[in-house]
Amino acid sequence: MSYTIWFSDFRPEHTGLLGGKCASLGTMTVAGMPVPPGFAVTTDAYRFVHANPEVADAIHSLLGSFDPADLGKLAAVSLELRQLVEAVPVPAEVEDSVRAGYAALGEMCADPRPAVAVRSSATSEDLPDASFAGEHETYLWVQGAEAVLSMVRRCWSSLFTERAIAYRAEMRYPHDAVQMCVAVQKMVRPKAAGVAFTLNPSDGDRSQVAIDSSWGFGEAVVAGEVTPDNFLVDKVLYEITRRQVSSKEYEYRLGGTGVERVAITDGRRDQPSLTDEEIRAVVRLARRAEKHYGCPQDVEWAIDLDLPDDSNVLLLQSRPETVWSRRPARVAATHGDYLSSIVATLTSPLHAHGKTG
Amino acid sequence: MSERRFPSPFDIPVPDGAEGWTDLYSYSSVFSEDRREQEDQAFWFQDGVHWPMAMTPWDATFYEYAIASLSQYNTRHYIIPPAMGIDYRILYGYAYLSPVGVADPAEIGSRVPEFMERAGHYFANWNDLYANWLEKIRALIHDMELVQVEPLPDREPLEVVTEGRGTGSGLALMESYHRILDLGLKLWQYHFEFLNLGYAAYLDFFGFCKQAWPNIPDLAIAKMVAGVDVDLFRPDDELKKLARLAVGLGLDQHFTSAGRPDVVDEALQGSDEGRQWLAAWAESAEPWFNFSSGSGFYHSDHIWIEHREIPYGFIGNYTQMLREGTDLARPLDEIRAERDRIVLEYAELLPSDDDRSTFEQKLGLARTVFPYVENHNFYVEHWSHSVLWRKMRALGGVLVKEGFLAEEDDIFFLKRNEVPDALWDMYSSWAVGAPSRGPAYWPPEIERRKQIVSALEKWSPPPALGAPPEVVTEPFTIMLWGITSESVAGWLGGADDESGDLKGMAASPGVVEGLARVIFSPAEIGEVQDGEILVAPLTAPSWAPIFRKIRATVTDVGGMMSHAAIVCREYGLPAVTGTAFGTKRIKTGQRLRVDGSNGTVTVLDD
Repeated sequence: MSYTIWFSDFRPEHTGLLGGKCASLGTMTVAGMPVPPGFAVTTDAYRFVHANPEVADAIHSLLGSFDPADLGKLAAVSLELRQLVEAVPVPAEVEDSVRAGYAALGEMCADPRPAVAVRSSATSEDLPDASFAGEHETYLWVQGAEAVLSMVRRCWSSLFTERAIAYRAEMRYPHDAVQMCVAVQKMVRPKAAGVAFTLNPSDGDRSQVAIDSSWGFGEAVVAGEVTPDNFLVDKVLYEITRRQVSSKEYEYRLGGTGVERVAITDGRRDQPSLTDEEIRAVVRLARRAEKHYGCPQDVEWAIDLDLPDDSNVLLLQSRPETVWSRRPARVAATHGDYLSSIVATLTSPLHAHGKTG
Repeated sequence: MSERRFPSPFDIPVPDGAEGWTDLYSYSSVFSEDRREQEDQAFWFQDGVHWPMAMTPWDATFYEYAIASLSQYNTRHYIIPPAMGIDYRILYGYAYLSPVGVADPAEIGSRVPEFMERAGHYFANWNDLYANWLEKIRALIHDMELVQVEPLPDREPLEVVTEGRGTGSGLALMESYHRILDLGLKLWQYHFEFLNLGYAAYLDFFGFCKQAWPNIPDLAIAKMVAGVDVDLFRPDDELKKLARLAVGLGLDQHFTSAGRPDVVDEALQGSDEGRQWLAAWAESAEPWFNFSSGSGFYHSDHIWIEHREIPYGFIGNYTQMLREGTDLARPLDEIRAERDRIVLEYAELLPSDDDRSTFEQKLGLARTVFPYVENHNFYVEHWSHSVLWRKMRALGGVLVKEGFLAEEDDIFFLKRNEVPDALWDMYSSWAVGAPSRGPAYWPPEIERRKQIVSALEKWSPPPALGAPPEVVTEPFTIMLWGITSESVAGWLGGADDESGDLKGMAASPGVVEGLARVIFSPAEIGEVQDGEILVAPLTAPSWAPIFRKIRATVTDVGGMMSHAAIVCREYGLPAVTGTAFGTKRIKTGQRLRVDGSNGTVTVLDD
């Protein structure tokens, strides 16, 4: 049994044990991309929850004929199931394996209590195409082995948050077909963070990388709580062809009790959250992910405050872009013999474009 | 947009002191009540790319020759389907152009087969025809050099009589002037033999790229097509070669001390090394220093070979840089490798192999036509014009000798069709042996015209006149002059743009800040200090040596393919071209941010 697998030890046959997010972190780490170090607590560990008869019975009895529209009942059911999952006993080997992993991370970071992010990575053999993006929990800035273990359990139980239950009901997925793997990853301390698409989401132009960026942790961008700065960059020349700097009202940053949302009141609010050099570094990172996967990507990135300037852009996640990539792509006109094409060029108002530099 | 209009040429008051200015230009080139209805309906933009300053009467010659020749190829040679020629006028000494379209779609369609046959012949045989062009243009320049301009002799040489020639020097001189005009017009016909088609092929590739990658920067397309080793950079390369030789021979102190060129030459004549250097100079100078420090369209533009203080000054800068260990060489291999990388990476982004093969085919044609686009400028505006200006000055010298003019350059204050009258007057009095009227007639008239031109020079021409177009589609207008629907809209917004930013073409990428240096003519180049941002009506390629001093360039006029944009990209400097108001709004010493990637210029303090 492999209760934990380091991202750096990832092999494709591990995918079933890891779920989409952890497999992706493993793939990127092995490909040499700058992913914060960490390990996955595999579905072999979650098996003890899944196979627990008390849990199985509760799922059946509480969710068997459940009406997700009944919001009052949903909250109570969710609470009951989560408490049950978090209390399931697991063998000492599982806990020891997580403690050992955490200790090894501590050695890597020269910090006995390194801050980590604990993230859900759901998977289902029965539902290979299911996307669970955003349905389950992530815990930031977790410190100490016992806290990590506790958050791993909370990730497991996040299969039964109200929104996860409602989502499965909506998608008509069975409630017991999903397994949970958990990523334990060194926490980034981001100066700024956000997402990047390796195409222009407004017109599908594959020569561009589109970046949304804001101060602090990327959660503000991902959750849409701020209007991020937006940059469009040409992939080949690395020219920034559009920059829209927004007023960023909030940021998530480390406070006394962990990560908290605070209003930005200083001058940074209206300042660009990335320098031109950082923008280009994010583009290089996104390009690497795209080239590695061979298709347009949607990546999450962060700029770490602790790392040196030349290696502080970190890749947190990379997923295939799904909107434009599914459309048949071909350069529509201007094929055929060159003279007809020149005539078409001269007579069409195509070139009546503005400046685009 | 259609509700707002640019000023009517008929409503703009005559600049102070310029009363009578229409006497200076052809009756057919000025706005007039006779054609008012048509002229007021049209859209006119000021061509500051080629004619940034007020023209003197004779200088309007090449303006008229150039635009008529351009037009002739569209209308009568290649039958460009959607475009007739470009109409042209002079308003208060400045050049205004108006593209004439073919409005009827059926007519556009009917022009297509002819265009395909005619243009197709050129595209299919481009390399042979271009090789032939290079021979034709050299032969033409040779013919220009052969034009004889001599003062009229007191008596015809004896052999005129003994050989029974039967004609005299007066006729020969008048023939020479006509020859200058004919060769000049021929030059401009040659110029447009290829240019319109070259731009059409380039635009086709451009259009493909814009379709494949809607947001691709224009300069990425330019970089894929641009030649690495083009004649336009050759004069600058020759300067560097001479600077290296000067350092190698230990002669560089002659150039760094910036003495007068004849004093420098005298000192160089005194040593073997000096004579060796002068021999190398002579070899570079013909033809490469037949290079104008302006657009080449003004008699007052300084030509390197005649104003050696300019190239000697540049050589001085280069020798100093060499002494400081700067490598002056352009890294050709790196530039080539970068060009290959750009092409390969964009090609990889195409969705299919079909698209890739179309891309390669179009790129191939664009690269076939591009050497002409890049190189013709040296042969025409620089080399040929230099020769023609010299011949005209010689003719001016003859008229000075007979008291018609106070100085050689006064000849450029005569209209081209007044010169035969003056020559006739001079010839006739020489033939008759009685006084000519010219010495009494021309000097005061030229004095009057100089006053007028000086008043016109102080006038700021608006960027456009008349009715703005709904949309700018004429391909050459966009390509050569950088005029787009957006720039027209920007001009209509005029000087009251809210952000206060100047907008223009993103002609060369990068963002820098620095102090502005506004200069209006090549004569002011010397004022530019290290690290400043050059702001000028336009920048000519012959200014290349100062591009090593400056941080960025802002011009009033010009598009992505203006010569200035090409040189700025070559030197890796941010450039914003076609801002229309740059030299008017920016003052020397102001702090600027130039964003060559987005085409904006911000004045950071006032």
